[in-house]
Amino acid sequence: MTLTDHQPSTPAPTRGTFLQVRDLTVHFPTDDGVVKSVDGLTFGIDRGKTLGIVGESGSGKSVTSMSVMGLHKRGTATISGQILLDGTDLVTASPDAVRRMRGKRMAMIFQDPLSAMHPYYTVGNQIIEAYQIHNDVSTKKARAHAIDMLDRVGIPEPNRRVDAYPHQYSGGMRQRAMIAMALSCDPDLLIADEPTTALDVTVQAQILDLIRDLQKEFNSAVIIITHDLGVVAELADDILVMYAGRSVEYGSAEHIFNEPEHPYTWGLLGSMPRFDRARTERLLPIKGTPPSLINVPSGCPFHPRCRFEENTHGLAREQRPELRDTGDGHLVACHMSPEQRRQIWRDEIQPLL
Amino acid sequence: MFAYIIRRLIAALALLVLISIITFSIFYLVPRWAGATPETLATRYVGRTATADTVKLTAERLGFYDPFFVQYGHWAKTLVLGGQFDMGAQKVECPAPCLGYSFITRQAVWPELVDRAPVTFSLAIGAAVIWVVSGVAIGVLSALRRGSIFDRAAMTFALAGVSMPIFWTGQVGLAFFAYKWRIFVPGGTYTPFFENPLEWAHDLLLPWFTLALLFSAQYARLTRAGMLETMNEDYVRTARAKGLQERRVVVKHGLRGALTPIITIFGLDFGLLIGGAVLTEKVFSLNGMGKYALDGIVNNDLPKVLGVTLLAGMFIVIANLVVDLMYAVVDPRVRTT
Repeated sequence: MTLTDHQPSTPAPTRGTFLQVRDLTVHFPTDDGVVKSVDGLTFGIDRGKTLGIVGESGSGKSVTSMSVMGLHKRGTATISGQILLDGTDLVTASPDAVRRMRGKRMAMIFQDPLSAMHPYYTVGNQIIEAYQIHNDVSTKKARAHAIDMLDRVGIPEPNRRVDAYPHQYSGGMRQRAMIAMALSCDPDLLIADEPTTALDVTVQAQILDLIRDLQKEFNSAVIIITHDLGVVAELADDILVMYAGRSVEYGSAEHIFNEPEHPYTWGLLGSMPRFDRARTERLLPIKGTPPSLINVPSGCPFHPRCRFEENTHGLAREQRPELRDTGDGHLVACHMSPEQRRQIWRDEIQPLL
Repeated sequence: MFAYIIRRLIAALALLVLISIITFSIFYLVPRWAGATPETLATRYVGRTATADTVKLTAERLGFYDPFFVQYGHWAKTLVLGGQFDMGAQKVECPAPCLGYSFITRQAVWPELVDRAPVTFSLAIGAAVIWVVSGVAIGVLSALRRGSIFDRAAMTFALAGVSMPIFWTGQVGLAFFAYKWRIFVPGGTYTPFFENPLEWAHDLLLPWFTLALLFSAQYARLTRAGMLETMNEDYVRTARAKGLQERRVVVKHGLRGALTPIITIFGLDFGLLIGGAVLTEKVFSLNGMGKYALDGIVNNDLPKVLGVTLLAGMFIVIANLVVDLMYAVVDPRVRTT
């Protein structure tokens, strides 16, 4: 790690101002050592826009979203940097102030809607609760609002289904109900953490469509966290690729899908199943496993798994690459020169995809 | 649901018949295996200077010459229909439900049990309130402050609580609170609730706390384990993500999720206690059903033992049924409709 990594004088550019995360680090001290789940992450997003955060398990995606929501247990995580939501710094704000913003200004949809909803309360009850925390209204009014929300997310017969329990819903319906709950207070920022991972493929597209439609309706900023590039291809305006708690590539969806420059992004694209390819062709998995976040590899954390590591003549083993703008706000953290990267993409990677 | 309850009640009835047969056969068979004859059995229930004739008469009067099922049938019949009892000098009419007469005191069992039930109920209910409230509260706080000094102290207390027997804690309690500081009477007194509620509570406080100590320790551990699990559930994270105050997250979402096993255990414990808290009643000389049963056992007084066993069995069976029905109330996933 070099000193230049954390100089605040040269903040990495963000692609939006409504939510700005600047140089966020989230470390968890454990008995085995400090887990550096997020290590110097910077990004931003505007209202009405969608940011996709992509990466393998353990790359720090969910930890990032939990930090924005202020959901890390106090005392367990050391958080530094800034999380500015519409100008308010959530890192330094009091826990109670963050709590009051939670659900109202920022809301979250979780991966598994069955375990994310309380099995002992009706769906309506849980939406009513979410609404009444931030709105001083009668239960009758809140109930009408809950029915309205269920209707808007496409639950048939919301008048009746409002009194059903989560286990009486199907998986897709439950996720719709989760979305209704998250949107009940009309949040400015919606974070969807793997919103379709636990769902049937047929239902996934419906849920993604729903999120897109509702985003237009509510004009909220949306962060989609996923390991599935197919999901962000559907929705995202911008994409942030995370590896070992750091941003390795960050740019518009066009940049990431059409001219990706980081070897890790190439790997993600190569391991994506495609229907428009012959079935005889093999997927191109990224070899190796994600690194330990306690002993992050020296230099570029991706170098042990990188096929092009020797191109840097050992630099990748020693020095952490900075996230640099290669033009048009397309940021890449790689020691190879932009020309070299573009050439490899054109000649070696793209033809195989 | 209604059919289910009816089915369960019929099964409960069958179970009670089984319990009574087993209790009866223990009293009938075990002495005979050891070589007892109707006469030697009857000697226990007559005076020390009785003649052979009186013994024989008593054995006849108590029906000891009859075969097992005739004796049991007679007991069961009088229970349901009532019947006449030969008390030697005169015959006594015993209306249903008739649990017979004590071999020793010649008092009818049923009215005595009815007399003693309020004592046992009062003891069980008061102790239950104390142990549920304190056990759950300690368990929740321990889980929330896992590893803290409070948690360690509470769990040490819980371990001590389950390890210390009532006959010891009860004596220690009596020694200090009754004899040394004279805050409570040294037991033996019971004031009916409707006569003087304050006096009622004052008489029972020490037994309550002694009995509750044992249970609250268990409940604290149980609640702590449950809370540690539910507070890590996704739905608790969802509740926080909604912006709910932490206190309500803990109580409405965390504790609610951890309550099911607590309710189960509580139903069983309470059912058991209502059948008589033998040790507590003995230590504090409370004339409840537990002490009644103990007297019966010590004196080989079959009608007393059978009466209490049947009643206790009934309470346990009912408690089980209530617990099963409560499941449906507590956990909507169990509801069939």
